[in-house]
Formats: sequence, C-alpha cells, structure tokens
Amino acid sequence: MLIRFWGTRGSLPAPLDYRAVRAKIRDALIAARNQSLDTAEAVDAFIDQRLPFSVSGTFGGNTSCVELVTGGDEYVLCDLGSGVREFGNRLLAKYGPGKHHRFNVFMSHLHWDHVMGFPFFTPSYIPGNVIRIHGCHQVIREALQRQQSSPGFPVDFKMLGATIEFVEMEPGRTYDVAGLSVRPFLQNHGGDSYGYRFSGAGKTVVYSTDSEHKFDVLEDCPFIEYFHDADVLIFDAMYSLADQISVKEDWGHSSNMVGVELALTAGARHLVMFHHEPIHDDRTLEKILGETRRYADIVRPGHELTITSAYDGLEIVV
Amino acid sequence: MEISEQHDNGILVLRPLGRINNDTSPEFQTRLLNSVASSEAVLIDFSGVEYISSAGLRALMMASKQSKAKNGRLGVAQLSPVVKEIFEISRFSLVVQVFESAAAAIAALR
Repeated sequence: MLIRFWGTRGSLPAPLDYRAVRAKIRDALIAARNQSLDTAEAVDAFIDQRLPFSVSGTFGGNTSCVELVTGGDEYVLCDLGSGVREFGNRLLAKYGPGKHHRFNVFMSHLHWDHVMGFPFFTPSYIPGNVIRIHGCHQVIREALQRQQSSPGFPVDFKMLGATIEFVEMEPGRTYDVAGLSVRPFLQNHGGDSYGYRFSGAGKTVVYSTDSEHKFDVLEDCPFIEYFHDADVLIFDAMYSLADQISVKEDWGHSSNMVGVELALTAGARHLVMFHHEPIHDDRTLEKILGETRRYADIVRPGHELTITSAYDGLEIVV
Repeated sequence: MEISEQHDNGILVLRPLGRINNDTSPEFQTRLLNSVASSEAVLIDFSGVEYISSAGLRALMMASKQSKAKNGRLGVAQLSPVVKEIFEISRFSLVVQVFESAAAAIAALR
C-alpha cells in the first residue's frame, strides 16, 4: 500500500506569500556560499542533502485529502479538502477525460475544510465516473449540495455529470470496500468526527484527524485499540499541548505530545503528524517535528516509532 | 507518588518526587487541586521530578485555571533539564509561571 498526501493543512488553505518564498531563496543562497555547485547534479545534491526541508520545500497549504493506493482499480480517498483538486487534476493529466474511474471517499466529518475541494474536483463533472462517498454522518449529501448551490457556487450540485452515491456507515462495524477492510470509529469533535482503520494485504493505516483527546488514564482510552499495531497512524497534531488544554480546549483537536503517547502505547510503528495549524510557517512546523521526535525519545528511550510531519505531496510506502 | 509539602512565607510549596506519568498523575492532580483550593499561593518545586507526561501537565493546567479563577497565585520552579524540555515542547512555559529557583518563585508569589 502507498499513502499519498494531497492536503495536510488544518482549518483553511494556507498558501505561501512572496515574503516566504523570498526568505527561502535568501536562506538557500546564503547556505550555498563557498559551495561547489558547478553541475546540475551538484545543485540537486545540495538542495536535497544540505538544505533543511523548510528551506528546500514546503509543507504546503491544501486542506485534508489523503489517498490510499491499494493497487486495485478503484481509488480510495480520505476527505475532500482543497487537496482533492490537485488529485483530480493529476488524474486527468495522466489519463484524460475519456477514461472512467471509480472513487471511494471516506469522510471524517463535514466541516468546511474537509469538503471545500469537491466543487473543484474535475472528475465529478465527467459522466461515467462513479464517486461513492462513505461516512457516518447522515447529512453528507446535504452538506455537499449546500456548498455547491447559489449563491455560494455557480455550478449546482445537480449539474455534476458523475454518478455520485452516498454510503452511510456505522461506527464500530467493519466494511469491505475496494479490497480494504474499513472500520470507522467515533471521535471527539464539534458535530462529531470519525476516524477510519484501514487494513489490507497485511498492513494497517489509521486516518484519525479532527479528534480531541481528553482522557485521564491512557490505558482506558479506546483509541489505543483503534490505533493498535498500526503500520501508519495519521494523527491530528494541530496544537501544542498547552493550547490544546487551555485556550483551545474543546476546539476538537489534539497535540503532538498526545500523538506520541498514544502511538507508543498502542504499538503503532509510524506516526504522521497531520492537520497542521495554518498560522505555522514551514520553519515552525519543522521545529515542531524535531521537538516531537525528541519527546518520543524522552518518553521511551530506544523506541522504534518513526515520526513524520505530513506535507502536500508526501508519499509513504507502507 | 511521594509529594512532600511545607509552608514558606505564606506559600504552600509542593515537592513531588519521581515520574509524573499516567500512573501517578491522578494523585498529583488531587494533591494539586486540594492545595490550590486551600492556599492562595502554591509553588510546585520540580527539582525531584524526572518526567511529566501530558496527563501530568493536564493536572497542572487544571490547577492553574482553578487558581486564576479564585485570583490565586501558582508557579513552578527548579525544572530538571528534561522537564524543562517538556515544558518547552508543550509550550507550558508560555502559560505557567516558571522560575529558575525556589527562592525566586517565593519572592514573586509572596
């Protein structure tokens, strides 16, 4: 299985402005002084090996959309944030509009940042495509219809050419979809959100975003079971712990430290920090990643947990 | 967990010992909340604490909120290097008064 991240930002898109780009160029040029960069290969090696990611790249600004590549014929996506626009465009660029596809989308919930990409998902306009939208909320159809209607959007939902189906799921039950075993679970978030535990070909990926954790005893937390033995855990690490339990308490999000503790206790192998706070720039996100790895070392020296901070375009082979 | 206490210049000083983790944080929380309820000024001396988990920090946040609600004063002092790192990673150093020494804390909280 392969995980491809199309959108990793929380709450709303957060594009770079010219100042941020200029700052990266400036930092790169300063780092390049006195380097031997006479060939294209030397330049590539310098960018890839000598520059920090916050300078050579960006975590990106699209909101939640994650693809699970199973090797089967059908596409599997989690959420329809602004990242799904890029997913659709890449698909069309690769195959053109003549080839028809089947998509399975799993919705964590219906807040703006998780649905806003759908009106710009070009495959939804093409007859012959089939889009099955799965989720535990009863109002998914209404939410998507409402955002794609006058006066908010010029093309009404009923004008979409693809066949769009809605599949209501129950948390705690296990479903077989597109060759994967899928189990949704309830999370603590305004209006409820749902995480998904996907298993296939001996691998398990958990998608758990927009989920606040308020537990007194870690071992009693049901998420230990949901995350148990996961090969990859995609986790809402939007806030610092201090923010999560003070000014932003009950805002429905979690922190990097809670992610580490849950992942280690559950025996997960790879923690992927996700749903980044939009006010954080690349340098801040990189710093938080370093701190999160350090915290894991403090909690359990010698642990084998891999920790990654998701970015738009990231691919993880499971 | 062992938590000793004494009064110094009208300030209740708590000295927990060992690791404040998921096993010990409920006791830490109870002691902290009782202390804040009974005293206007509370100092937690962390010199004997090797580690504090998110659950322990949550207890500290509850005590801080309770103290502020009654216009009380609460501070922490003498963080070990590891606990100091955890305060920085969690950003608790931005929301709780942190003092280098117990003497400095007592002077400020008095």
